[in-house]
Amino acid sequence: MAVTNKKTTEPEVAPDSTYFTPGEDIHDTKAPAGPIEKKWPQRQFTAKLVNPANRRKLTVIIVGTGLAGGAAAATLGEAGYHVLNFCYQDSPRRAHSIAAQGGINAAKNYRNDNDSVYRLFYDTVKGGDYRARETNVYRLAEVSGNIIDQCVAQGVPFAREYGGLLDTRSFGGVQVQRTFYARGQTGQQLLIGAYQALERQINAGTVEMHNRHEMVELIVHDGRARGIVTRDMVTGQIEAWYADAVVLATGGYGNVFFLSTNAMGCNVTATWRAHRKGAYFANPCFTQIHPTCIPVHGDTQSKLTLMSESLRNDGRIWVPKKAEDCTKDPRQIAEADRDYYLERIYPAFGNLVPRDIASRQAKNMCDEGRGVGPLVTEVTQDGKSQQRRRGVYLDFSDAIQRLGRKAVEAKYGNLFDMYQQITGENPYETPMRIYPAVHYTMGGLWVDYDLESSIPGLYVCGEANFSDHGANRLGASALMQGLADGYFVLPNTINDYLAGGPFEKVDDSTAEAAEALASAKGRVDKLLAVQGSRSVDSFHKALGAIMWEYCGMERTEDGLKGAIDKIRALREEFWRDVNVTGVNEDFNQALERAGRVADFMELAELMCIDALNRRESCGGHFRRESQTEDGEALRHDDEYAYVAAWEYAGDGVKPVLHKEPLEYEFIELKQRSYK
Amino acid sequence: MKITLKVWRQARNSADGAMVAYELDNVSAEMSFLEMLDMLNEQLTGEKKEPVAFDHDCREGICGMCGVVINGSPHGRYESPVATTTCQLHMRNFHDGDVIEVEPWRAGAFPVIKDLVVDRSAFDKIIQSGGYISVNTGSAPDAHSTPAPKRQADKAFDAATCIGCGACVAACPNGSGMLFTSAKITHLANLPQGQPERHLRIKAMVATHDDLGFGGCQNIGECASVCPKQIPLESIAQLNRDLIASLFRGDGKTA
Repeated sequence: MAVTNKKTTEPEVAPDSTYFTPGEDIHDTKAPAGPIEKKWPQRQFTAKLVNPANRRKLTVIIVGTGLAGGAAAATLGEAGYHVLNFCYQDSPRRAHSIAAQGGINAAKNYRNDNDSVYRLFYDTVKGGDYRARETNVYRLAEVSGNIIDQCVAQGVPFAREYGGLLDTRSFGGVQVQRTFYARGQTGQQLLIGAYQALERQINAGTVEMHNRHEMVELIVHDGRARGIVTRDMVTGQIEAWYADAVVLATGGYGNVFFLSTNAMGCNVTATWRAHRKGAYFANPCFTQIHPTCIPVHGDTQSKLTLMSESLRNDGRIWVPKKAEDCTKDPRQIAEADRDYYLERIYPAFGNLVPRDIASRQAKNMCDEGRGVGPLVTEVTQDGKSQQRRRGVYLDFSDAIQRLGRKAVEAKYGNLFDMYQQITGENPYETPMRIYPAVHYTMGGLWVDYDLESSIPGLYVCGEANFSDHGANRLGASALMQGLADGYFVLPNTINDYLAGGPFEKVDDSTAEAAEALASAKGRVDKLLAVQGSRSVDSFHKALGAIMWEYCGMERTEDGLKGAIDKIRALREEFWRDVNVTGVNEDFNQALERAGRVADFMELAELMCIDALNRRESCGGHFRRESQTEDGEALRHDDEYAYVAAWEYAGDGVKPVLHKEPLEYEFIELKQRSYK
Repeated sequence: MKITLKVWRQARNSADGAMVAYELDNVSAEMSFLEMLDMLNEQLTGEKKEPVAFDHDCREGICGMCGVVINGSPHGRYESPVATTTCQLHMRNFHDGDVIEVEPWRAGAFPVIKDLVVDRSAFDKIIQSGGYISVNTGSAPDAHSTPAPKRQADKAFDAATCIGCGACVAACPNGSGMLFTSAKITHLANLPQGQPERHLRIKAMVATHDDLGFGGCQNIGECASVCPKQIPLESIAQLNRDLIASLFRGDGKTA
């Protein structure tokens, strides 16, 4: 065994201050005191209101049109605010929420299986390995039921039973059936629901939509977020937009790894630019590696495709017991020679353990030499070249025998078709091959209970914030959080801030706006002026390879330190030798990508610093130095039960670490167990 | 494999375009069509030439952003054994030495922006005119208060899978957007929640469709045959039935 027999060492005590400066602790000041179930109603009562007649005098900028951004834009438009909404795609309907497959959790207890708001709250905190803020998670569970009601009323075609009522299924990390779904296209259907609500408000004139506009700067005036700078991706025009508050709902930063299940355009630029203007970036090293993705086919691979976690309801994961069987046709391997390792190690949860655990075990099996599929050459952290098979089987033959092919087709048909289209193999006949891939980022901009960042007037929703999933997100909870933030949370908290507006008028002549416009233009000019020899993509791939190897599924002290040096060198080379073709005043995709990769280069360093500082294992963050006897993640609650919120201190200056201590008032901190 | 690509190059909407030939070596069968275009762009970048502009995002066949005409068929439908988006078309469907022609969607309602990129905002405008159920956030009753019969809910779902890619318009000799419009009509008409605005919706959406310069529908069926999500032609029949019924109803503006 590669990992499990290693001795657990105590973490070294002194954090390496070569990489950062310790700062003051921070706290959320918005969640009211009192019993947890009273906090949200209390906050809704104490939040200041804006008279309906005054709302149209207040402008809100929302960047992003996914579940969080689209839902927020539609809802604030309905409320009567003047909303400016931006997306980089050609239509708001294309936001990457659309690709979510499996489902959305809600504590409806329609199954009569002991589910409750409290249980959803508990499961989410436990699944996040006790690194999420209790108050935010409880509220998420509280509004989850309203989301389903809202979506059904909008015409979202959830799966139904013959009686006409909604069907639900199980997902990883829980023992109740609370996941609502729409075949394997739940994200698409929920997003189209939010998109239709948004289009209705565009028609009503409350929301002004700007497609093919990418946010490239934040404008902060008088200590408040007052606007953004965008680049029109068709004409290249760089212009400023002003508002009384700014909302970022720009998704996660998984594309820092180059290969991920994110859409090609997903990027960190909006949140990173806000970070550089003063918004704290929280827990950047918390990334989710999803266990069931289609393995990499070769060097020209541009992105990875997820196979929904819902497949683990009926599919069984295994590898051959003997390494010499790895090249055999899986159908020829006898039952006794198969190792259903998740069922063996975690009998209580079996194939439905949380994502971080399923991913790490898949890696362990392949590290032991029992992976399947083609041999891949890789360079290890010690710099040695080795060959490994990177895949495990996800097998449906039992389910097909038990339920019949028809029933399996009805449940998972579109996923099976997709698998066959990508790999050319038929999963009804031969087991799927899967391997973990970067999927989601739990880290993001730090927000308080109101979803307000450390810059007053800058709010952050959905995957772009850090708030609800701790160190690991449970399946079917991303859709829940996006819609909770967009439909129900933000529209009931941002009024508290807007009640103080309208704020003093700002325009292009305001010093901070002029500076932001000049800096955005300067960056474009700088990228175009390099005229080097390497393409943007080649830099992005190189960055991704560093991050996957050293800041991926297993992280070590030396590896992370080496990675920081490698990233710095790569960044220096990027600005010296990148080749960005074309001009700014045009539809220029090379230039778009160059700007994004430049920001990923800066983020990558912060991710490694965060991972280095956190000398414990928790959820998706696995430090080789910190594991239990049997190879599970070992937390150090005495030292690391905090949110690491990073403050930008300037180019080439060490970032400042602010800790938000996590206080568990309602849930007892325990070692997570799924055995 | 060795592939010869003939790609439509057009600097901007107002410029003239032309097919330009490029040679690609070492194309692997495992690559997706878009990864093959990435390879071309890396090659062009290396030669300090302007890469080919094309729209794409999720690359898993669900966002609807990608879409080019490949050898005359949208998304290369006739190169693939199954319905597909451009991003899900793989090079194993082609052979060594093939010549592949790549063009943008060509339709009056979708002006070319650059090379293979077109402006599909007309689709958003059709939805804006009524492709929704008017329900403000917070005002919804419990999800189980209105059961929806499974058969109809499934029908609604089939129509709701439309990804708004525009292949139907590109395939239609008339440049009609009827399959797209009818998919939304069919989705909402088959749910109990969609009934109150049913007649209003259809008149408004069809009127907007016609105003935006999409052509009329003659039931040719090219749209449904290339649709990556296999939206059935019957959706248009449903639209026609509902449209006729709505003409006898007073609500909504008339078509």
